[in-house]
Amino acid sequence: MIQKNHIHHLVEFAVGLSFGIGLMLSGMTDPGKVIGFLDLFGTWDPSLALVMGGAIMVGFFAFTVAKKRTTTFLGGVLRFPTNMDIDKKLVIGSLMFGTGWGLAGFCPGPALVSMADGQPKALVFVLAMLVGMLGFELMDRFVHAPRKAKLNAA
Amino acid sequence: MSIDWTYFTPWASLTGGIILGLASAIFILVNGRILGISGILGGLFPPKVGDTTWRIAFMLGLFAAPAVFHAVVPVQYITAPRIEASDFLVVAAGLLVGIGTRYASGCTSGHGVCGLSRLSPRSLVATASFMGAGFITVYVMRHVI
Repeated sequence: MIQKNHIHHLVEFAVGLSFGIGLMLSGMTDPGKVIGFLDLFGTWDPSLALVMGGAIMVGFFAFTVAKKRTTTFLGGVLRFPTNMDIDKKLVIGSLMFGTGWGLAGFCPGPALVSMADGQPKALVFVLAMLVGMLGFELMDRFVHAPRKAKLNAA
Repeated sequence: MSIDWTYFTPWASLTGGIILGLASAIFILVNGRILGISGILGGLFPPKVGDTTWRIAFMLGLFAAPAVFHAVVPVQYITAPRIEASDFLVVAAGLLVGIGTRYASGCTSGHGVCGLSRLSPRSLVATASFMGAGFITVYVMRHVI
């Protein structure tokens, strides 16, 4: 018998696959195109505005439907983000991310797809990104969490 | 500002964007999850018991994309990626993207696509911040240094 779990895993794979294909087709996996978009004061390539526009057009419709529901189409939990805080963490983190994005022209999804496509620089980028992610986890666990606990105790 | 007509790909980019939107739509409506690459990947480093299989299934799909893309799309429509940054810059960029996206709990997909689609003020601030930083970084790299 096919269980709900199996359907979920099939969907995860299919969504990952189509997302990757969408990234390649849109030009997001070409750092030259990303930097061309970010280069407002040079010769500007507006393509990525259309990528975002197309994605949000469909996404807006989907999330409008999702917000009105209490469960998924399969009767599962809808996991909406619960964090609403606009804080230093959000802004500083995003500024760091944007700086890295502008330096190499890679954001996480396209970098992973380019790595799978056999681009050596994408592999270097992904390895550095994983070091960064792990570094953040360790910082969070051993520096931020204890500091917060101390503050709460005081 | 002048438009780069040589590289501008309106139809491919719009179609690609719509596919990204559809993938995000299916993910929330069928699986009940936000499609955010940095979060899905970051949750595997380090992995947590009972919270890895779905992440791996998604990643395997993502990794299969280039093979399927090359099998389907005729070769004359595929342009080779232009990666100009040196290895040193690529490493610095990777570190910044890794730390930054985890610190901000999201990247272009989670905040940019899903967050803006659901009209989240938090994601709007994140997207404005990373886009702004991207514009400034490219301005400095291309026109100042």
